[in-house]
Amino acid sequence: MKARPINVLARVYLGLVLAFLYVPILVMAAMSFNASQFYMLPIDWSFDWYVKLASNARLLEATRNSIVVALVTTAIASVLGTAASIAFFRYDFRFKKVLQAALFPPIAIPWLITGTAMLMFFFWSGIGRGLHAMILGHVALALPYVIIVVSARIKGFDPDLESAARSLGASPWQVVRHVTLPYLAPGFIAGALFAFAVSFDQFVISYFLSVPGVSTLPVEIYTAIKKGFTPEINAISTLVIAFSITLLVIVSRFYRFGGDR
Amino acid sequence: MAVSDTTTAPMNHRRPSNARSILALTGPAYLWLVVTVLLPLAAMFYFSFLSDVPLAARDWHATLANYAAFFQQDFYRTLMWRSLRLGFEVALWCFVIGFPCAYVLAKTIKGRWREALFLMVIIPFWSNALIRVFSWTMVLRGNGILERFLDWLIPGFGSLDLMFTYAAVVIGLVHSYLPYMILTCYISLSTIDDDLIDAARSMGASRLTVLRRIILPLSMPGIVAGAVLIFVPVIGSFMEPRILGGREGTFLGTVIEDQFTAVFNWPLGAALSFILLACVMIIFAIFQPILRRAS
Repeated sequence: MKARPINVLARVYLGLVLAFLYVPILVMAAMSFNASQFYMLPIDWSFDWYVKLASNARLLEATRNSIVVALVTTAIASVLGTAASIAFFRYDFRFKKVLQAALFPPIAIPWLITGTAMLMFFFWSGIGRGLHAMILGHVALALPYVIIVVSARIKGFDPDLESAARSLGASPWQVVRHVTLPYLAPGFIAGALFAFAVSFDQFVISYFLSVPGVSTLPVEIYTAIKKGFTPEINAISTLVIAFSITLLVIVSRFYRFGGDR
Repeated sequence: MAVSDTTTAPMNHRRPSNARSILALTGPAYLWLVVTVLLPLAAMFYFSFLSDVPLAARDWHATLANYAAFFQQDFYRTLMWRSLRLGFEVALWCFVIGFPCAYVLAKTIKGRWREALFLMVIIPFWSNALIRVFSWTMVLRGNGILERFLDWLIPGFGSLDLMFTYAAVVIGLVHSYLPYMILTCYISLSTIDDDLIDAARSMGASRLTVLRRIILPLSMPGIVAGAVLIFVPVIGSFMEPRILGGREGTFLGTVIEDQFTAVFNWPLGAALSFILLACVMIIFAIFQPILRRAS
């Protein structure tokens, strides 16, 4: 089976596609260790750009903002999203279909439209721009993901467990605390990680809601690319990618990509 | 079955408290979505019919001029076509490259390898889109990695001049959205029973016939879902065309961005955004039946 030429061809093809997906990222990572500012080859290995990065106040400030916004977004979106998922699972009500359909606009409408709409509305209504506005926007984008991920986990929950606990004398709060939440925990954690990633990588919404001096890392990177970048961007980008991959590997322990196996 | 009936029955009797619980559980999430998505879109729709932002200090009145600009000036219509063409081409390339890839993952590779390779396909998709696009600038630019590689492969290859072209924008976008297509096609393909393919083969169908008569029709929901999921964000893209397209990278998305960040003609930007949104909704409406099957 393994020796069949068509299988070899299939593997070579898969390898080429993976190369297409990874080469640019690997090039960037390699260049972040290249001392030459003009990307001269062969690579002159050094940590210069990482050292320079450590004293780049703007980028560090933007990184700090990104983390703060992502953490607050995660906290709000995972709690609100999990609550809504529980309602969808436990109750049948008239507007359920409508509410579930309403989750799609934040995912389906191009971010350019959502972002500019938020910019106009927040500016006009006095909410204004800045980190708080970004949190408002990021939570809206993260909510659908949290609800989808948590709902996928809830589906396997047996309501009999709750009634059994109740018939054994547990109070409603004890049922939630000792039966429902422990079962939901993996879904909740996966949903929270999704929310963090959605917020941490979000560029478009943050871009329209940023004010000069208050921006997140992606916005700062975009500005740097437009102004003529320095290899410090490679260094910070490499760190971000490494961080994202670590996060994904953690998520994959809680959430099965590719369906049932 | 009887057991679950007894658990749901008492809930239906206590309707008022159910309604309170539902409201308490879903209310906060949906209130949030109303304030951050629904109201802004409504405000945008309203602004698109005004001559200026409706603030006390400004002189504004209702007008259709913003929409008239789109329908009367060739400039915007040309941009719309360019954006639609870009979306179509990117979706097509993603299909051409991604479908075989999904097929190999779903049908040829098994076990832990599939799991690992699947994760490898998702990883870049998960990372920051901006950084991925930026990394292409190093590969595509004059005397960049691609040209050096080709020069090493075929000495005296010369230059490609890919950077700041339409092709560069397509390459960057295909790279960004390819995992969508691989994912949706993979999900469709993995539901096709292998016995069906084996049966057709043993009855004498050629590989091509199996592909055309069995595999493609059965994976159509995945292909369409992938194409729509790619098409919609691509026609609204502005960052990728700016970074990789330079002066060649003017699309509807970049012009809308300009209205908000450079020209400050918000009502025109709102009108253009709404025309773009109308296109998106038409596309969803057309493919709705197939998309529903896919989910």
